[in-house]
Amino acid sequence: MAAPMSSVAKPSAERSPFNTTSFQKKTRSKLISIPGTRPSVQNGQLLVSTGVTSLDYLLGGGLAVGTVLLIEEDRYDSYSRMILKYFLAEGVVCRHELFVAAAQDNPDDILQELPAPILDDVAIHKPVEQPRLSCEAQNSLDAMKIAWRYQNLPKVQSALASSSRFGHYYDVSKTMEPEIRQAAKCHRFYPTEHPTQSSPTHSTMPESYSALLKSLQEVIHREGFDVAAPMSKSRNILRIGLHSLGSALWGDDLCCHDNPRNGHALTTFLYGLRALLRSSLSVAVVTVPSHLIQDRALMGSVTRLCDNAIALESFKGSERETNPLYKDYHGLLHVRQVPHLNCLASKLPDHKDLAFKLKRKQFSIERMHLPPDLSETVSRVSRGELAGAVMVASGCGSGTSGNKHLDF
Amino acid sequence: MYTELNSILNTSPDSFTQGEFVLLSDRKSDASFLIHHFLSLYLRARCKVWFLGLVQSFNHYSAISQRLGVSLVQAKEKGQLVFLEGLNESLSVLIPQETDTRSQAMGFLSDPAVGLKSLYEFVRSSVTSSGGGEEEADGAEEWGPPVLLVDDISVLLSLGVSVGAVLDFSHYCRATVCSQLQGNVVMLVRCDGEEEEDDGDDEGSERLLKGLTHQCSLTLHVQGLPTGFCRDIHGQVEVCWRRRQGDWQYTQKKLFQYKVHDKGASFFAPGTSSAVL
Repeated sequence: MAAPMSSVAKPSAERSPFNTTSFQKKTRSKLISIPGTRPSVQNGQLLVSTGVTSLDYLLGGGLAVGTVLLIEEDRYDSYSRMILKYFLAEGVVCRHELFVAAAQDNPDDILQELPAPILDDVAIHKPVEQPRLSCEAQNSLDAMKIAWRYQNLPKVQSALASSSRFGHYYDVSKTMEPEIRQAAKCHRFYPTEHPTQSSPTHSTMPESYSALLKSLQEVIHREGFDVAAPMSKSRNILRIGLHSLGSALWGDDLCCHDNPRNGHALTTFLYGLRALLRSSLSVAVVTVPSHLIQDRALMGSVTRLCDNAIALESFKGSERETNPLYKDYHGLLHVRQVPHLNCLASKLPDHKDLAFKLKRKQFSIERMHLPPDLSETVSRVSRGELAGAVMVASGCGSGTSGNKHLDF
Repeated sequence: MYTELNSILNTSPDSFTQGEFVLLSDRKSDASFLIHHFLSLYLRARCKVWFLGLVQSFNHYSAISQRLGVSLVQAKEKGQLVFLEGLNESLSVLIPQETDTRSQAMGFLSDPAVGLKSLYEFVRSSVTSSGGGEEEADGAEEWGPPVLLVDDISVLLSLGVSVGAVLDFSHYCRATVCSQLQGNVVMLVRCDGEEEEDDGDDEGSERLLKGLTHQCSLTLHVQGLPTGFCRDIHGQVEVCWRRRQGDWQYTQKKLFQYKVHDKGASFFAPGTSSAVL
């Protein structure tokens, strides 16, 4: 193995702001400091962690406050639900307020299933952790030298991670202790508990959506998450988790019919949600069962009304589960959209072939690569087929419509 | 304002064609960086600008324009820029409350079937009123021809408005701003999905794009590279002029590749990216 041992070389293009220069930019003093947030390196946006470190990296450091992350659910909604739970658990650990809305099962059930945080060294409500730069510098001193020409090569690392730690890690096999959970303030929305009041003006949205919007606005106003609210008390972040929007239980018929009657309900709701979030200190994760929605154009406009969009495609129940090519992974992850917020150039991920796997202590997103083929019996033909399968599977991207010719 | 795009389009803040309807469109890509170009171009050209920002907040446009060297806040204070923040306005319609007054411009949200008359009324009344009586006592500055910019008109389809109503709206805007007042209109349309899968059932955004392409005089169509994602080239822009010379109308097309930077964008002929040369 020729892996360079020097860890001075940063794994990828995202450079930590701490090692570039000692010059400190005069920070705007009005920038609010809230536990569990940090400003973005690119545009000074306030970021929060999704709870999944590699997803944070993929989204350019974290979720910007005021934006929506859309997760297109995988087929059995197991991994998308997991990410939603990570997102909420991170909020509990950072002492943010939560807003959970679900139609399928009671929001309390989702809250009870939150994974337990692994708090090895940190107390529960420690402010933003210091980047572990000093220990890295120490490591580089006694690093083994192999050959000087490999020294500046980036370290081979398939798991996506940024240099400084931002979120926390969670143990999926255990659930969070009730004491920690109850310390966080949590608002719930369960459509059946909200009696539908007939309002004739809302012909575009089902009752449940407008009730949800209304209840969100109430919480934002009452708890002072408005950006315009007086700065008297300490500010906090509201984390909004909306589970399975667009499914039939929300009173939406997107998934049931080819030509849904209220086809604009979900998009109108998302428009209202964006309007609410842009003017408040809140951040939302929305999961949508996109595989049930036949209309691809509708899914496109849903994506455009969210800021970040990722799609999960799990191997569960498909023949890919047993395919040797995918044996290291649990599914594929497609980045549908990266945010363009307050900046012209958005940070595109370096790689578009991404896969995820769920380990006991970590949900990690990695660059897809072929495992080394150690067996002697494998035939050339099948490898070619496999490689072809990768090409097809990874055919997402901003402009991939085929590889007929080369542009340059 | 991207100087390279200016030289491609043969415009500058000092000289630009009036009465033009510019259509920005994209497919599986993002053309919103172009709207910032036109916003800063017309603000520098001392035009009076009406901006219908339907998809983003004012802060977003302001932060980007700051990087391009134009201050939207100042322009707004001077009265050069009239900004309709669709997101804010929509909340009072979507979540009606007894106390506050409803926004007129976004009134179509409560009943999309009515069409966009309210939005057009907003445009017409504010454009024509300022066009006539701009002689104010305190020496208000004179502004050039009016310009109407719409960021993402296709979001109206997502809000339930029919394609016909949106096309009517754009036609009325064109008649008022371009023809009557010799100003310019710039609209952004975003659509996704493959081109021409089957002609039978055209989906909404596709029909809107066709309809607007028919109306406009200049299109900038942004696409991803057909060969896939690339870090150094973000996509290609097809610029299409429709000019009329005498009785004869001709179209001229040019293709460029582009890359968006932090503070601008560069355009170059296909294959001449600095990454491959």
